[in-house]
Amino acid sequence: MTNEIVKDRLTERFGDQLTGWEGPYGMLTCTMPAGINMEVLQFLYDDEQLRFRFLTDLTGVHYPDRKGEELCVVYHLHNMIDGIRLRLKTYVPVEKPDVFSVTKLYSAANWMERETYDFFGVNFVGHPDLRRILNVDEMEHFPMRKEFPMEDPTRMDKDDEMFGRGSTVV
Amino acid sequence: MGRPVQYNTNVKVAEMPEGYSGEGFMATSFDKIIGLARKNSLWPLPFATSCCGIEFMATMGSNYDLARFGSERMGFTPRQCDVLLVAGTIAKKMAPVLRQVYLQMAEPRWVIAIGACASSGGIFDSYSVLQGIDQVIPVDVYVSGCPPRPEAILEGVMHVQELVHNESLRRRNSDHYKALLESYGIQ
Repeated sequence: MTNEIVKDRLTERFGDQLTGWEGPYGMLTCTMPAGINMEVLQFLYDDEQLRFRFLTDLTGVHYPDRKGEELCVVYHLHNMIDGIRLRLKTYVPVEKPDVFSVTKLYSAANWMERETYDFFGVNFVGHPDLRRILNVDEMEHFPMRKEFPMEDPTRMDKDDEMFGRGSTVV
Repeated sequence: MGRPVQYNTNVKVAEMPEGYSGEGFMATSFDKIIGLARKNSLWPLPFATSCCGIEFMATMGSNYDLARFGSERMGFTPRQCDVLLVAGTIAKKMAPVLRQVYLQMAEPRWVIAIGACASSGGIFDSYSVLQGIDQVIPVDVYVSGCPPRPEAILEGVMHVQELVHNESLRRRNSDHYKALLESYGIQ
C-alpha cells in the first residue's frame, strides 16, 4: 500500500472533485468539496483495499484572507492495517460554515467536532449534540478565529504596553 | 541507663490578651479571646491548581512548616475550614466551582489569593482564564510572586492571622460586609 495506490483509487472513484494533491513529509493530502466529505470518508472506510477506519484527528483552520473559503476542516485518517495515513481538507465560507458531520462513521468525531465548533464555529450538520465542549457555555465568540483577540476582553488592570502590544510599540 | 528527658523550652506561646486579672481569675472581652483562639487555629483549605500549589506543599512541609502557626490540619472539605487558599490559575470554567467551594464554607471565612494567576490572571491574559479570583469571590490577602516562595505564603497566612486577630465579632453582621457579599451576588 502506497500513497500512489490511495491516490489512484480515490481519483478513479471521485475524479476531478478531489484537488490540491500534495504529500508533505510523505503524508498524502488532498482537498475535497464540503458537500461530499461524507461520501469520500465512507468510501475510504468501506473500501476493502483502503480500509481507513481510524480517525486520528479532526480540527479547523482559519484563513481570514481567502475569500469564500475562510474556514478549513482537516481530517486525519489512519489505515491501521497497512500503516498508512491520509489528510483530507475541506473549505467552507465563514458566513455559512456548514459541513456534514461524520459522527455516523466515526464515533470519535463526536467530541472532535464539538471542539472544532467550540473554537472555530464550524456548523456540523447532523451532529447529535453540537454544543461547546471546552469553553464556558456563556462564551459568545469563537476564540480561535483570527478576528477575535486572544486576550480576555473583561480584563481591567492590565497595561497593554507591559504585554508588548501597546500603542507606542511598533 | 535511661536517656535524660529533654524539654524544648524554646517555644513561643501566644501572649495573654489585655484584661483584668487577680488571683484565680482573668477577665477580658470576647473579641480578644475569640480572636486569639481563631488566629492560632486556622484550618486552611487548599485549592491548588498549578505551580503555586507545589510551593504551598513546600510551605506545609517540615522545612517551612505552616503548622507552627496553628494551621496544622488541611481540611479537604470546605465545611470545616476557615481560610481558603487559592493557589494557581483559575480557568473561567473553574470559576463556578471555586465559587461553590467558597459558598460551602461557614462564616467567618477568609480567602488568600496565592500567586499572580489567582490574583490577576498573571501571564495568562487569555480568553479562557479568569482574570483574578476577586471577580467571583472576595479576597482578603493577595500574595505576589510567580510562584511565590514559601516564605511569601507564610507571610500571607500571617497577614490573615492579623485580620482574624483584630476582627470585630460583629463585622460579619455589618452593613459594609453585607454590601460586599451583595456585590458578588452572595446572600
